[in-house]
Amino acid sequence: MSQTISSAKRNGGLLSNENRRKITWVLFLLPALIIYLTFMAGPLFDSLRLSLYTGEGYNPTKFVGFQNYIDLFTNPLWREKFFGAVRHTFIFFGIHMIVQNSLGLLFANLLSFDFKGRNFFRTIIFTPATLSVLVTGFLWTLILNPNWGAVNKILIAVGLREWALPWLGRENLALPIISLTSVWQWVGMPTVMFLAGLTGISDELLEAARIDGATEWDIFWRIKFPLLKPVIGIVAILTFVDNFNAFDVIYAMAGAKGEPSYSTDLLATLFYRTGIAGEHPVGIPNMGMGAAIATITFLILMSGVLFWLYMSRRNSEEA
Amino acid sequence: MRRIKINQALSYILLTVWSVIVLFPIWTLLINSFKPQKEIFKDPFGFPKNFTFDGYIAAWKTGRFDLYFTNSLIVTVLSLTLILLVGSMAAYALAKWKSPAANFLYVFFIAGLMIPIRLGTIDLVRLIKALNLQDTIWSLIPVYVAMGMPIATFVLTAFIKELPNEMFDAAKVDGASEWQVYSRIVLPLMRPALATVAIFNMIKIWNDFWFPLVFIRAEEARTVALGVSLLFGQYRTDWTRALAVLSLAAVPMLILYILLAREFIKGLTAGAVKG
Repeated sequence: MSQTISSAKRNGGLLSNENRRKITWVLFLLPALIIYLTFMAGPLFDSLRLSLYTGEGYNPTKFVGFQNYIDLFTNPLWREKFFGAVRHTFIFFGIHMIVQNSLGLLFANLLSFDFKGRNFFRTIIFTPATLSVLVTGFLWTLILNPNWGAVNKILIAVGLREWALPWLGRENLALPIISLTSVWQWVGMPTVMFLAGLTGISDELLEAARIDGATEWDIFWRIKFPLLKPVIGIVAILTFVDNFNAFDVIYAMAGAKGEPSYSTDLLATLFYRTGIAGEHPVGIPNMGMGAAIATITFLILMSGVLFWLYMSRRNSEEA
Repeated sequence: MRRIKINQALSYILLTVWSVIVLFPIWTLLINSFKPQKEIFKDPFGFPKNFTFDGYIAAWKTGRFDLYFTNSLIVTVLSLTLILLVGSMAAYALAKWKSPAANFLYVFFIAGLMIPIRLGTIDLVRLIKALNLQDTIWSLIPVYVAMGMPIATFVLTAFIKELPNEMFDAAKVDGASEWQVYSRIVLPLMRPALATVAIFNMIKIWNDFWFPLVFIRAEEARTVALGVSLLFGQYRTDWTRALAVLSLAAVPMLILYILLAREFIKGLTAGAVKG
């Protein structure tokens, strides 16, 4: 009905009504599309292309095929740092996945009960997520300072002098400690997401289980946890995507070189040094190689996302 | 009943312990920024006895924080305005244009939720150089607007799709053009969703460090995040100044968060939690 009226009204132009509507929609989409293509999608795909080139500074113009990749995987100059960065990135992500998301699940479960002050606690848990990662990182470097930092002062005050370690100065400690700092900042995210999932579970179901004598422990593992599976999937993939690209917290706490001696070097810091800042002392970026590192990061991310899509589709088909 | 009481006590204890772990660093940051260095080391947890503004004065004078704030503010406000305008127009088309092209573009836009824009940095550096925008705040704005498109189209398209169809039909019967429907009906109704998108992007943009680090060297174009990193490096051994700089960077968002906690939480988790 409405269509015939409007077409009658607009009849008489050079364009058919259908085409005119099409043009209107395209005009609505065009600004977003141009910006998105020029400054996001385009550069992403062009970076894939650039990974096949080499050249000093800003002009990687010499085509070298897969040489950058071959160097990354086999050349001793690159191999060690590259595989180190991949390993550290997985550890960094793994600590978030396990510690941050378990804590988030715990907090969400506690907050899902109706009690005084739950909004207050939720607000506090989420607070660090509004800080800049850089500020968090710098703040914790001061707190973890071996001589003057609060952590070691407290440890010494309670008689645990031998526990007062140079937290960011030891190769085996720095990466887990930095990861935990980041967990401190971001644990509010999974907490809120899980909380949203838990509030969706019907109260009658939980009440019925309680009347049947189930403990809260049973209820959590037998009822809530299985029902939360889709949310757990979303939290997992977001944790993966967010942390696989982490840079700021390492830069703030361990510098662009992932001190001490590259033990906290992630793919993003390696990417920065190689493709953008240029490795000291030369200081000239190797953009082709940087693009290759970005491409590998991209491929790892894509396989993670595709795996998640496959799993969530399979799970929803089963349900 | 006793079991429930024990559970409740336990949950209070756990939540309180974590709250202390969260608040304690932020609290010590703020109070120590008003203490002279010696007092920070001697009495890090007490209220300041020898109250001082030295750190803040230094940050303002040698650090030109006023300039960094202005830059960050301009970049954030302009980027947000463009994200909301351009993103909502696109979302309207994506929600209402029934065609394979629209479906494809929708997927194309939200794919960006899973692929960080930083991976395209190499090419962006070259592009910004070619446009002669390096070392200016204008290099940041188009990149942030592009970065905001996936979340904007995701949240806003979902919102428009939920609006009742009759409303649109009625407007069309009255002879309204698509532009009129968008600007007079959809935009005003969309305010809550626009707020979510705005907050999500505001935090990301205000706190972003990567693109200023990559695009900008010149002092005139520094943002707060970049200024903080440079000043913190200089002040590493002067804790009063270092803490003042960090406080200056943290406080604006903290105040906004205290005022708008609910909206912030909703905004930041917009990519995952609906509604």
